[in-house]
Amino acid sequence: MAEISIRNVAKRFGDFTALHSIDLTVADQEFMVLLGASGCGKTTLLRIIAGLESPSQGEVWIGGGRVDHLPPRQRGIAMVFQNYAVFPHLTVFENIAFGLRMQKLAEGEIQHRVNRTAELMHIEQLLKRYSGQLSGGQRQRVAVARALAMEPDVILMDEPLSNLDALLRLEMRAELKGVLAESKTTTIYVTHDQVEAMSLADRIAVMNKGRIVQAEKPIEVYRNPAARFVGSFIGNPPMNFLPAMKAENGSWRVADVVFKGPTSEHDEVAFAIRPEDLAPSGTGLPAEVRVIEPLGPHVLVTCEVDGHLFRAVLDSDLELKRGQTIRLAPSPDRIRWFDPETEQSLQAH
Amino acid sequence: MEKRSLPYLLLLPATLFLCVFFIYPFLLVAWQAVSQDGALTLEHFRTMAGHWKFPTAFWNTMLLALAVVPVQLALALFMATLVTRMEKGRDLVLYIWTIPLGISDLAAGIIWLAIFEQTGFLNSMLVGLGAVEQPVAWLGYQNKGTIFLAVVLAEIWRATAIVLVILVAGMGLIPKEYHEAAEVFGASPWKRFTRITVPLLRPSIQTALILRTILAFEVFAVVIALAGTNFPVLMGETYHWQFNLQDRHVAAAYALVILAISIAFTLVFLRTLRVPREAQI
Amino acid sequence: MTAVTARETAVPAADIRKRGRFLVAITILILSVWVLAPIYLLAINALSSPAQVNAFPKSLVPGMETESIAFFLGFAGVLRALGNSILVAGITMVLAIGLGAPAGYALSRFDFRGKDAFRIMVLMTRAFPLPLLALPLAVMFIRTGLDDTAFGLALVHTTLALPFAVLITFSLFSGIPVELEEAAWTLGCTRFQAFHKVVLPLVLPGIAASAVFAFVISWNEVFAAAVLTIQNRTLTAFLLQNINVSPMHLKFAGGAMLVLPALIFIFAVRRYLFAMWGIASR
Repeated sequence: MAEISIRNVAKRFGDFTALHSIDLTVADQEFMVLLGASGCGKTTLLRIIAGLESPSQGEVWIGGGRVDHLPPRQRGIAMVFQNYAVFPHLTVFENIAFGLRMQKLAEGEIQHRVNRTAELMHIEQLLKRYSGQLSGGQRQRVAVARALAMEPDVILMDEPLSNLDALLRLEMRAELKGVLAESKTTTIYVTHDQVEAMSLADRIAVMNKGRIVQAEKPIEVYRNPAARFVGSFIGNPPMNFLPAMKAENGSWRVADVVFKGPTSEHDEVAFAIRPEDLAPSGTGLPAEVRVIEPLGPHVLVTCEVDGHLFRAVLDSDLELKRGQTIRLAPSPDRIRWFDPETEQSLQAH
Repeated sequence: MEKRSLPYLLLLPATLFLCVFFIYPFLLVAWQAVSQDGALTLEHFRTMAGHWKFPTAFWNTMLLALAVVPVQLALALFMATLVTRMEKGRDLVLYIWTIPLGISDLAAGIIWLAIFEQTGFLNSMLVGLGAVEQPVAWLGYQNKGTIFLAVVLAEIWRATAIVLVILVAGMGLIPKEYHEAAEVFGASPWKRFTRITVPLLRPSIQTALILRTILAFEVFAVVIALAGTNFPVLMGETYHWQFNLQDRHVAAAYALVILAISIAFTLVFLRTLRVPREAQI
Repeated sequence: MTAVTARETAVPAADIRKRGRFLVAITILILSVWVLAPIYLLAINALSSPAQVNAFPKSLVPGMETESIAFFLGFAGVLRALGNSILVAGITMVLAIGLGAPAGYALSRFDFRGKDAFRIMVLMTRAFPLPLLALPLAVMFIRTGLDDTAFGLALVHTTLALPFAVLITFSLFSGIPVELEEAAWTLGCTRFQAFHKVVLPLVLPGIAASAVFAFVISWNEVFAAAVLTIQNRTLTAFLLQNINVSPMHLKFAGGAMLVLPALIFIFAVRRYLFAMWGIASR
């Protein structure tokens, strides 16, 4: 049982504020992903939870106890590092056994646990090798096995897949998800890869400039970005944004089309739509085709709408030519609106 | 709290040591040079400068440094360039070339004594070849020129290795891509050397020059071994005043002169070979 | 112009390259001979009998006699000087590493106020002719009873070796990823345990190499040794003191005695030489 609770945590390095007052609760056995671009503070937050960094203010609670004054070894956590940190002077067996030996477990128990986790990670044939004799993927497995063998309440992972090549990453991702679901630990996982985040997470906490912008289920984060940043960061290609001018009766004019929209005191708000939520239609937004990229299952079309860059993912059977103007209609229930000043989501009604 | 104080605790022993055995003695030597029985005086400097050997020792030391250091730098650059282009046997060659690194200046002096002494190998060879009829006293007091040459050769032989090591280590830090890029843009090997290697190597060249120049001003045992007292140098005179003449004030004055020229040259090298932080690799 | 180009292309490029490589090989050989030949000549002298050493002209093969060496070792004070040299170098080695390694670790692992000041102090030692320290220390040592002792001289030699030890261990520790230590912390280690179980095994060979380096620095030092010792001469001080009065064969045997351990040591640490200087020269 380990709920993690972060209360009002901030971190400053001299004049630079890496984290502004973070509040976040991760439920027991939840898989939480911290997602953000490099420099957003996600790794700093993870290291504060691990005890490798001390917060400038705020509290960290794990499993009902306050831990921010404790060293890492007393927090009941295990961690997987980005560069794996497999000890080069020890065999794979001794690496996995390292934490168990520190706990002074009986030799039989150590043997048992090492063998079991090695089996789980499919590295039982590598136990006698040294880190230098392993591939990146194998080292990754050792690092995960070493963490799992501790049977920790909490596993912290810092971009564990980012040093693997694309295919291996896909494979490890699926495996990690299975293994961690099985192990019933609470997991906090840091990544800058949105696909990884979507596929692994129970909840995603999207971070930007030292703040958590939104922390919700992956599909919520995708469908209903709480802020313009989330929409522009998640999704490949990301959300389209167009300026919308106030028209009569609570309507908004985007290019030459009028949509029902939210109420706002501003005369201009941001209209947003995901590229895949567009379809050619006579009544849609006028879009001049600039670049056509066939991607197999569909075609990615980059156009210009009202002088703004605009992308659409369309059916690959569609006949298109550069320079042609087409009309693209957004699905009405997928349109989102953002306040021009706060950049927060505006509720339509 | 423990985390804050730990680095200071770790640095404390080394810092204390350097304060007691590095900074304090230098203040002491400075005081010794300018005081007599607790009163300030320039008498010791006057004694030093007034002695007939001082100008000779000063200029001998300067000339030696001037003759030795540039040759060492050029030779080491040449050797480093050769060795970085080698594919096979690189380690062996580097080991051989760095052997003199472990040899003390006294031993180096003795080694070259074996060559230059009157019954030494140079004379044996010259007589054997019929070039001279009688063995020449190369290191005799009347042959100042050959003494100088012998000391220069011994110093170049002994201390080029340290320059080489610094430069080879520095070259290892220069990414190969720069040379390849320059080659693609049509730079000849010589152009690549002067336009890519040397500028990027500047921090290493600076270090090597500072280190070597200071060591050159400290030249002592090589000279004693090869020439005895026939070729006065600053460090030798310091020793002479401290020991044979038992006047540590004048010895301290000598020490300050060596210190002054060392610092002056260090500052010159720091200034002229400065590489802005942004332009470093 | 055209004629020249034509003639040039007539020589196959492979030939030019081969010729170039031959030239490089010859140059490397000459430079190697330049380094090795003087040592060989010293070895000839050391391995010849006193009569052969003083004979003229000299032969270029050693007489393979141990007489000179035996004479040297039997010479009054030599064995004691040899023992002193080893003792002083040993103390220097322990002091330099014992004081330097913690500092190197602190520099590589922590960011703290005063870090730059310390680095500057260490680098500054390079701009000073350190053997001169022996002059004021001679006075200080007489007051404290450290004059003419191996320990006193070792203190001076440590000031020579300490800056190297700090910079070298700094580069060694910097070469160990901090994540390895952090991983050990998360796996239940205290700071000290993590250092002991993870960092130390990884840096030990490098530390040994820098210890050897400290040993050689002390072993080779002449000036301070000559100034600070009278009865307890080290080998270098002994040779220097007697250089004007001792016969040739004694000098050469002594020189060989000085060179031999240095050769072995440099061979032992050759792998670390460049790694050490790579960082130490910045």
